[in-house]
Amino acid sequence: MSIYDVIFYLFAILTIGSGYLVVTSKNIVHSAFYLLFTLFGVAGLYVLLAADFIAIVQLMVYVGGILILLLFGVMLTNKVTDVKIRTGTIHIIPAVIGTGLLMGVIVSMMLRTNWKSEPGELPFTTTYGLGRILLTDYVLVFELLAMLLLIALIGAASIARRDNE
Amino acid sequence: MNTIPMEYYLLISAFMFSVGVTGVLIRRNAIVVFMCIELMLNSANLALVTFSSFLGDPAGQVFVFFVMTVAAAEAAVGLAIIIAIFRNKLTVNIDEINIFKW
Repeated sequence: MSIYDVIFYLFAILTIGSGYLVVTSKNIVHSAFYLLFTLFGVAGLYVLLAADFIAIVQLMVYVGGILILLLFGVMLTNKVTDVKIRTGTIHIIPAVIGTGLLMGVIVSMMLRTNWKSEPGELPFTTTYGLGRILLTDYVLVFELLAMLLLIALIGAASIARRDNE
Repeated sequence: MNTIPMEYYLLISAFMFSVGVTGVLIRRNAIVVFMCIELMLNSANLALVTFSSFLGDPAGQVFVFFVMTVAAAEAAVGLAIIIAIFRNKLTVNIDEINIFKW
């Protein structure tokens, strides 16, 4: 067992365990912090898969942006000193049965497929190739996403604003 | 150097997706539902990066980049909607926000 395997299993356990705790913990703030560990574990798996740029973007956008936004949402919609921050669950039995079936279907399809077993030849840093195809083949989608972000931010500000009259 | 088979990464992805679906179905708080949606988006990203890495083609990582952008936009608009609902109804429990039902 090489050092690569050990690091893989560490990040896998971190991702799976904290992903499970995001759903099961009763406290919303605890859920948000377990989500932090899940996102961190996924970033580690990206590093192991030689996707260095995506791993850094994951840390910056998810951990630095979306998670902070979620924590602001928790604080704006709950009274933190109150016990209201604990919430319950509904319909737990049928939901678990249904998603168990879903996961069984996904895993059985995955095990029946003949995947390419040996890893491909990815360059040592993917940032150069990523930037090249982002500004040549996918430049239209790139510009559209810029417009989408602008529209979403203007829309979010106008929805969350308090009416003056 | 890489001795981990591809199926292990895909298993982690499948587990994260299933946990996210379960959370969307069973949790009452809208913000926790949001976190579970982020879990599902992350599992799709992990599958895309796995395929990209094992095929040796960086095009899959471009799509991960796009998914992250859309997720950021979705989080901003969704939280704005949740805060607007909280201002009107004073709750974010999704089983109490049933004004479309009659």
